[in-house]
Amino acid sequence: MPDKGWFSFLFRGLLDVPEEGKSHIRYRILRRNMFILMGLVTFVPLLAMAVINFVQYQSALEKEILNPMRTIVSKTKHSFELFLAERLSAVSFITFAYSYEELADEKKLNQIFSVMKREFEGFIDLGLIDSNGIQVSYVGPYDLKSKSYDKQTWFHEVQIRGSYVSDVFMGYRDFPHIVMAVQRVSETGRTWIIRATVDTKKFESLISSMGLDSVTDAFLINGSGIFQTPSRFYGKVMQKFPFPVPPVSYEANVIELLDPQGREINLAYSHFIHSPYILILVKPRAEVMRSWYTLKGEMLFVFVGGVSIIFLVVFHLTKILVQRVQEAEEKREMAFREIEHTQKLSSIGRLAAGVAHEINNPLAIINEKAGLMKDIIEITPDFPNKARFLPQVDAIKKSVDRCRGITHRLLGFARRMEVHIELLDLNEVLQEVLGFLEKEAMHRNVNLDLKLVEDLPRIESDRGQLQQVFLNILNNAFAAVQNGGVVAVTTWDKDAESIAVSVQDNGCGMSQITLKHIFEPFFTTKKGYGTGLGLSITYGVVKKLGGDIDVESKEGEGTKFTVYLPKKSEYGEG
Amino acid sequence: MVGKKILLVDDEVEFVSTLAERLQLRGIDVMTAHNGEGALQIIDQDPPHLVVMDMMMPGMSGLETLRRIKLRYPKMRVILLTGHGCTKEGTDGLLLGAEECLMKPLEIDVLIKKLREEVRPSK
Repeated sequence: MPDKGWFSFLFRGLLDVPEEGKSHIRYRILRRNMFILMGLVTFVPLLAMAVINFVQYQSALEKEILNPMRTIVSKTKHSFELFLAERLSAVSFITFAYSYEELADEKKLNQIFSVMKREFEGFIDLGLIDSNGIQVSYVGPYDLKSKSYDKQTWFHEVQIRGSYVSDVFMGYRDFPHIVMAVQRVSETGRTWIIRATVDTKKFESLISSMGLDSVTDAFLINGSGIFQTPSRFYGKVMQKFPFPVPPVSYEANVIELLDPQGREINLAYSHFIHSPYILILVKPRAEVMRSWYTLKGEMLFVFVGGVSIIFLVVFHLTKILVQRVQEAEEKREMAFREIEHTQKLSSIGRLAAGVAHEINNPLAIINEKAGLMKDIIEITPDFPNKARFLPQVDAIKKSVDRCRGITHRLLGFARRMEVHIELLDLNEVLQEVLGFLEKEAMHRNVNLDLKLVEDLPRIESDRGQLQQVFLNILNNAFAAVQNGGVVAVTTWDKDAESIAVSVQDNGCGMSQITLKHIFEPFFTTKKGYGTGLGLSITYGVVKKLGGDIDVESKEGEGTKFTVYLPKKSEYGEG
Repeated sequence: MVGKKILLVDDEVEFVSTLAERLQLRGIDVMTAHNGEGALQIIDQDPPHLVVMDMMMPGMSGLETLRRIKLRYPKMRVILLTGHGCTKEGTDGLLLGAEECLMKPLEIDVLIKKLREEVRPSK
């Protein structure tokens, strides 16, 4: 499975943390990689889905939105054509249903016109024009009888095509209207034309029946781009349409344009088949696509919201996870260090015990030999040179005592001394220990600042070992301070389980590196005369007594040792 | 103390002989042995009032010897000596019935004081 290998490689590459390097950088890398991985795994599918949805919705919605525009344009165009066709056929009917004579009779024409006006809305006047272009008879609000039309273009056009519908024009009637004309050629070869004018108010009502909203505009233009009906935004009747005339299409068609105000618009249009008009519907694109924009906005909101939540969650999750990992590793490392330290101590302890034992035996012999020598010197009457020998023997005995002190300390370090638990007052123990140091304090003018809390509860512990601990710590404090310095000893009742003692000096303090090693055996800063065992023994003893020890130190400012001791001993009293 | 016999047991011959001489100088009757077996033999032949015995000996250890002594003479008083501190073995010795566990090198005055304490209450 090469796939799997690749996958695990990628994973390991991202989640493996270099063992070397500073730990906080390692964790930062781990966290970054986890963040990237989790982010990608969640973000990429979301992004893909969003893009697919976006594209699909866009195409579907665009169709959905533009179709109604096409439909309404088609329908309205149809209404217009119907309107025009009805009127044209009415004119045509009149032309063919009546004879020239009947139509030339103004009374008859009036009769016909009144019926026509009743049946078909919008007719203004009606007239008969002979083949020379002279108005023979006329019914309507103007005095147009005998007017000659032979110079006008529509007159020629109707003669060619048989019927004619004009563009909208104002004419001397001074309101927008159109002219319809139909020519009849009789069997005898005589030609005449019936001409009617139609008010285009009806156009406006047809447009208003489209039910447009306030931002939408609909109007008619003619083939040369002149407004045939007023436009809401782009001009009045007879003004020039501000866009290029769209290409011929008898189907409703939608194109996108920028209007003179710079708005994006959708323009739906359709040419009329039998008349020179184009119906145009203009909708601002923003309006047309509003539902799409709303949807797009919602989609964007969901997407951005989702992504933010994902990243927020991933951010915090990785933070917590990496923190946990870091904590676990730190704990493990600490446990390792503790074990290492304990092992070091115990192996050194065994070594020390072995050495002590091996030395103690010959020491015992030396001791006994010297003792015997002393006995003999003392019991022999008038021993020669007695006065010279006795000091020698005493010196040997003193040296043996010193050696014994050393081996006993070594054994003490080996923690082979028995623990004698008793109920004791720690303040008392401290006073005893301070007794040893009073002389030095006086001599060196060191200020001992005792803050021993009075009702300190008695604790179960080993008096001898505590003496050793505090003697050691106080010795160190005294060694650290200058003459005239301060050593403060404070005791307090820490909590239900333990009490605490702090020994603070204003001496030379320790560097961070020294601080790290002070509890390690054989580590010493007293070059030449320290064994480096003092604090490691102290540490071992405090730990053995179930307590804990804490050091704070700043170079040049001083050191504070705090010893915590349990009130109840795990060894039990006795 | 006169008339009381003490048995000293240690593999360190010099130690035993010197200490024996010093005790004798102080009027104490001392027998010596250099290993566990020797000690047991002496005890069988001439039971002492008190045994002072090193714990670390080649062959039969001090603790084993102590066990055997206590098996045969449950009332025999034994003081253990050790080069170590009075450690786990020391505690075991006390559990086996030893009176005391003293550390080497020892002050003869301390030893004599202990001998008095151990010997006196017996009779």
